[in-house]
Amino acid sequence: MTTTTTTGHDAPETPAAAPATTVPRVVATPVPPQHLRTLGGVTRADVLEVGGAALSSVATGFLLFGRLTPLAGPFGQVVVTFVLFVVAYGFLVSLREDRPGVVNKVMTVLLGAAAFVAFAALATVIVFTLLKGRQALLRSNFYLDDMSEAGPLDPLSRGGIRHAIVGTLVIISLAGLFTVPLGIVCAVFINETRSRLAGTVRTVVDAMTALPSIVAGLFIFALFILILGFPRSGLAAAIAVSVMMLPIIIRSADVVLRIVPGNLREASAALGAPQWRTVWHVVLPTAKSGLATAVILGIARGVGETAPVLLVSGSTAAFNANPNENPMMSLPLMTYEFVRAPQRELQIRGFATAAVLMVLVLVLFVVARIVGGRGAGQLTRRQARRRVARSARDLVRIEARPQEVPA
Amino acid sequence: MTAATTTVPIAAPLEPDVPRTVRSRRDRGDRIFHAGTLTSGLLVLAVMLGVGLFLGIKAVDALEVAGFGFLTTAGWETFTGDFGIASVMIGTAIIALVAVFIAIPVSFGTSLFIAEIAPPRMRSWLVAVVDLMAAVPSIVYGVWGVYFLQEPVVGLARWTSRWFGWIPIFRVDGYDHGDPLASASVFTSSTFLAGIVVAMMVIPIQASIMREVFSQVPAGEREGAYALGATRWGMIRIVSIPFGRGGIIGGTMLGLGRALGETIAVILIISPRFDINFHVLEVGGNSVSALIGNRFGEASGFELSALMAAGLALFVVTLAVNFAASAVVARSRSGAESEV
Repeated sequence: MTTTTTTGHDAPETPAAAPATTVPRVVATPVPPQHLRTLGGVTRADVLEVGGAALSSVATGFLLFGRLTPLAGPFGQVVVTFVLFVVAYGFLVSLREDRPGVVNKVMTVLLGAAAFVAFAALATVIVFTLLKGRQALLRSNFYLDDMSEAGPLDPLSRGGIRHAIVGTLVIISLAGLFTVPLGIVCAVFINETRSRLAGTVRTVVDAMTALPSIVAGLFIFALFILILGFPRSGLAAAIAVSVMMLPIIIRSADVVLRIVPGNLREASAALGAPQWRTVWHVVLPTAKSGLATAVILGIARGVGETAPVLLVSGSTAAFNANPNENPMMSLPLMTYEFVRAPQRELQIRGFATAAVLMVLVLVLFVVARIVGGRGAGQLTRRQARRRVARSARDLVRIEARPQEVPA
Repeated sequence: MTAATTTVPIAAPLEPDVPRTVRSRRDRGDRIFHAGTLTSGLLVLAVMLGVGLFLGIKAVDALEVAGFGFLTTAGWETFTGDFGIASVMIGTAIIALVAVFIAIPVSFGTSLFIAEIAPPRMRSWLVAVVDLMAAVPSIVYGVWGVYFLQEPVVGLARWTSRWFGWIPIFRVDGYDHGDPLASASVFTSSTFLAGIVVAMMVIPIQASIMREVFSQVPAGEREGAYALGATRWGMIRIVSIPFGRGGIIGGTMLGLGRALGETIAVILIISPRFDINFHVLEVGGNSVSALIGNRFGEASGFELSALMAAGLALFVVTLAVNFAASAVVARSRSGAESEV
């Protein structure tokens, strides 16, 4: 029997007669009082700390910029104010909390600031484009005319971007026509069939999602225009955009199909459905909203692509709704041409065109959120009600059937 | 105990058990289904392999003339046969690296904020905003960069070069900080500005991948950290970040892949030059995609072939980066459940 003692003087005398385990006496060291950490929720002290730090940092910032030091510039002031805020906040928190608590609070602020920077930048992109283009955006001729009659020095009351709007719609419709069926079928191939090729296709598609759009444009230029001898046209642009959109759609559709619960497939197979019926009646309907989102987001990416259109369609000032021949304009390419021009009127048109393009993307995006935004198999209230009603009808139908007597 | 006994005949030695072979026979519908999906898979594969193939076919002319020098020549004089991608490829890499360096802290913070800090009701909205950021066309970012960001960035660049000019990459030649009338145009159209704008397109890609892995952190490990008295940041540091390491690295590299290929925003911003320029704050830079976009309009015959070769090089590089990124994401523990 070994006895470990921590302190010498109170070593217990072990009586040899009774072989019992002896536990060394532990000297109680004073334990600091423990308290529960509050992990969530906002207390009044939290608000006061943030508010106080913000007030002091903003005030110090104004004092430094313009009063005490020769520092200047709004950008620098924002940065200095933020640094001051973090320091002041850290100090205030340290009055109440221990070190891990202070680090926690300061890191939370820094993470929040990173998110704020990203979202603020996006907000300035949207607001800036709309503001700069507002002069042209409010005129009806901007949407109803093309640029064939308008010279570079003409006022905003002449000329517009009808040809670019129509061109974009034609190109993206064709691209959607090519990529959506192929993309979804390919996602089904990757996910539902146990083909040995599926893994390879998935790897290649994954790597291709970042295919530079200009490379897609070059590829279609090489194949379609140089080798096959087709003219530059809206169709070629649509195919180039398709090459770029296809991996994006396949990949996001693949992700959506992957989260369809496996037991739904098994239930369908157990009821004797062949695989194509399982896919058509179980897997695809379950993933419907997610697939719609995948498709719409892919289209939104395709709408904004400039480089392939620049290469294989070329620009024009004239209206052209025929994708088979002659150059076809698109909104991003139109923006590119306008903003590179030195004339102020053309630049304003450029901002307005960018704004139209962005609004188009925003609309697509909002539609995607309304249609999708739900996980596979999650129903809206109306869908759930409809399904319950159908199930009740099924029950009536089944009960009305003549009962077979088991042999 | 009775005398009556039953005699059991000795059984014939049993055949060894053989597993039954299960064969699924497909009906006609399934055969069509399998053939159809396989065709689509092959078609997609063919398109993707075709990109490399046809660029290669068209690039042969130029590559034969340039030979190995294509990789080491900095200039772009196609008429004299003295051209190569050394400067544009390095320019592409510098822009992409600047973009990724700017994007990493922002996307890292954004993804952790969404996954760990934001209240659940806010979360789906923030995710939507990040998705929206990815959907904004790159031309819009480019316009924003040239007309909105140029001015503050010039100020920032001037300040940085003044105080940190001793670091080689921040050095700017041809600007005298003592001279109040010195033109600031040496700070415009720089690699730095292009990098910031490309970062705007990289951030959503990185943020969404990182957020995805952070949201998969097993609840058990999370609660374990809390039970041991960790603060929220403590939990993030010892559980979320190690768990999501593969996603962080992979997401960063996927962002890099996107940054390498960005075209139109870079064309709008940068003023092209054909020497290797490491000074990111200084005017001018170049990238492969900007070179193609700028020269494509006037190009014909031989120069076209040279541009195809440049495109092929860009294609190979982005593909390599992406394959590496997918491998990192796939091999990481992210997405695996912890054993409880």
